[in-house]
Amino acid sequence: MNTKTTVLGQTYQFRDLKEVFAKANEDKSGDQLAGLAAADSRERVAAKQVLADLTLADIRNNPMVPAEEDEVSRVIEEGINEKIYSEIKNWSVAELREYILSHQAGDNELKRISRGLSSEMIAATAKLMSNLDLITAASKIKVVTHANTVIGQKGVLASRVQPNHPSDNVQGIKASLYEGLSYGIGDAVIGINPVIDTADSVKDILNMTKDVMTKFDIPTQNCVLAHVSTQMRAIRNGAPADLIFQSLAGSEKGNNAFGIDVALLDEADELMRKEGTSYGPNFWYFETGQGSELSSEAHHGMDQVTMEARCYGLARKYNPFIVNTVVGFIGPEYLYDSRQVIRAGLEDHYMGKMHGLPMGCDVCYTNHMKVDQNDMDNLGILLSSAGVNFVIGVAMADDVMLNYQSTSFHDIAAFREVMGLRPAPDFEKWLEKMGIMENGRLTAKAGDPTIFM
Amino acid sequence: MEQQLDFLVDKVVAELQKKLGEATEQAPSPKAETGGLIQLRSEPKAEPVASATTAPTQAPVANEQPAPSAEPERTTHVPNPKYKEGLDELLSSTPARIGVWRTGVRPLTKTMLELRRDHAAAVDAVYGEVSQAVLDQYSLFTVETQYDNTENYLKRPDMGRVLTEEGVRLLQERCQKKPQVQIVVSDGLSAAAVDANLKDVLPSLMDSLKSYGLTCGTPFFIQGGRVASMDHVGEILEPEVLVLLIGERPGLVTAHSMSAYMCYRPRKGMVESERTVISNIHRQGTSPVEAGAHIGTILSKMLEQKASGVKLVL
Repeated sequence: MNTKTTVLGQTYQFRDLKEVFAKANEDKSGDQLAGLAAADSRERVAAKQVLADLTLADIRNNPMVPAEEDEVSRVIEEGINEKIYSEIKNWSVAELREYILSHQAGDNELKRISRGLSSEMIAATAKLMSNLDLITAASKIKVVTHANTVIGQKGVLASRVQPNHPSDNVQGIKASLYEGLSYGIGDAVIGINPVIDTADSVKDILNMTKDVMTKFDIPTQNCVLAHVSTQMRAIRNGAPADLIFQSLAGSEKGNNAFGIDVALLDEADELMRKEGTSYGPNFWYFETGQGSELSSEAHHGMDQVTMEARCYGLARKYNPFIVNTVVGFIGPEYLYDSRQVIRAGLEDHYMGKMHGLPMGCDVCYTNHMKVDQNDMDNLGILLSSAGVNFVIGVAMADDVMLNYQSTSFHDIAAFREVMGLRPAPDFEKWLEKMGIMENGRLTAKAGDPTIFM
Repeated sequence: MEQQLDFLVDKVVAELQKKLGEATEQAPSPKAETGGLIQLRSEPKAEPVASATTAPTQAPVANEQPAPSAEPERTTHVPNPKYKEGLDELLSSTPARIGVWRTGVRPLTKTMLELRRDHAAAVDAVYGEVSQAVLDQYSLFTVETQYDNTENYLKRPDMGRVLTEEGVRLLQERCQKKPQVQIVVSDGLSAAAVDANLKDVLPSLMDSLKSYGLTCGTPFFIQGGRVASMDHVGEILEPEVLVLLIGERPGLVTAHSMSAYMCYRPRKGMVESERTVISNIHRQGTSPVEAGAHIGTILSKMLEQKASGVKLVL
């Protein structure tokens, strides 16, 4: 395995794969914080050059986090289709990138090759792609999933309505929910981040959302994003959960910091098979985000793009209904400014889709980042053009519980209108029935939350 | 309207009592409280970010504070709502920006500008500096961490946890060693939070300490501090208990929220579950005066039980 190259007259010798992978990344504050980033643009290019010439077998034969030490590595390793892998193992990363971007590789071909790739190989291609490469490649992959309803079709931009409330007041949650529905938002999921992480509280919110869904015959799914074990207790107590949620990290240690492991996810999966309330077969909702492993010192000396890809390697074991990266939430020490957030959003979406996942994105930022709403407009449009499965809808983008800004109900309506995209088909029919949408456009009634009162 | 206001005030007070209880019952533990985005927070406990158990209580109460980030105006622009009274009901149930209406698929100008105004206030809080007059009023001298500048502070939380050599020297020269209670103030992620709350928190904290018969060392201010800077201070001054009053990551509803992190015998290598925290201290959240008194109570219990964080029984 060659880890040496010359760029502009200077020779670079990299220590190992981890160093090549990290230094090949576009500039991120998180890789700097971890002490892994390239010193300058020249070293970055050198690392990209070395990475381009590595073979897929080089990557697989030199595991950066050995399977013996980490269960996420084991899940990724066990998921690889040996037949497909053996066809491509001698390809260089450069060749894999070119195949992915070629006209010969369409939706089917990319889904097939995905099964022969490890998360690290997919991350490697992302490091050799420009933003437009990431959009081009991702836009070819359609991941259609089914819980109560179907989302992910070509031409569909679905949305999560996120009606959070600072004290989990059920009426308050309902108020934002009505507002969101009246803008045509909520076809992916009605999803609430609770303040109070108890089974009773989770059950109350699941019951309320289910009641609203039943009363108005809304074709969607409900979910409360408490810790998975809390949701499990609520479900065992009879709470109606269409989806079950959990945040994922790209290493066993990172997942332990979230209070989970593969055994717990398996147990939750089994419980949902027996007691979940949606049709399925997809009933998981996962969230990820670059930098979370470093924040729990669980990154094994690896860069945040590769760790993020490993989250997707774990997620695909469970055939989720939706996955999203909370790209701008983790903080400026991981993604400092709009340039880094936009890059990460496109990387995460591409890497998720290359894993065959129904990728969405929380296009978002916190107030201590060098980012504002204009940057979210940009990333939202870029992801819409890349075929993102869903984005997050918050009243005027301002989440009054989590204290950060995402995309608004208005923004999602605008993404759809500008990009010629539609809500999920079942949901659009329902919007027409309610008089909120006509021929893919909002009607004069849209934006009045009292139509649900 | 007045009736509605009373109702809201009642609700907020009830919530506050609940929150204050919750906030102090336990140091937030990632396993107990994680969920959704919260799990993915950068440093959910160590950093001045409202955590799940202490999430801000932001209700649309009248606000006396002339804050630019005051609560959103509770007026609606929906021209012909199907159920007019219903709209008021919805608006009064949440501080979320609902009932805002639209032009085409875009927000109205006023709504858009309100959002930009509140964001501006939040950004100013991050990049602002604590007023020297406020520090002088309480005779707080300033030491710096190795943060260097705000940009670096945001990118390198590790550097905000360690004082400069000059800072260490100043503490050794000017502070009482091994005090019973050490009070430290820091800007953290919101200088505005210190400006807005210190004048209420600090005197009530002092009164409370006095009423418990506790003695206090030499208080000071850390510029560019992170939560774990209290560990470094602990190494240098060896207090029995320490409280760090630090600005939280600003939100749009308020940029003035402060947290109090408390610890029994702080030292390097403390884990987050050894800290006790009251967050969401601002005029629309946990009242600064009440918070000061409550901090005193918690510190006295820490001294009694020789413990903090999850081991502390309140």
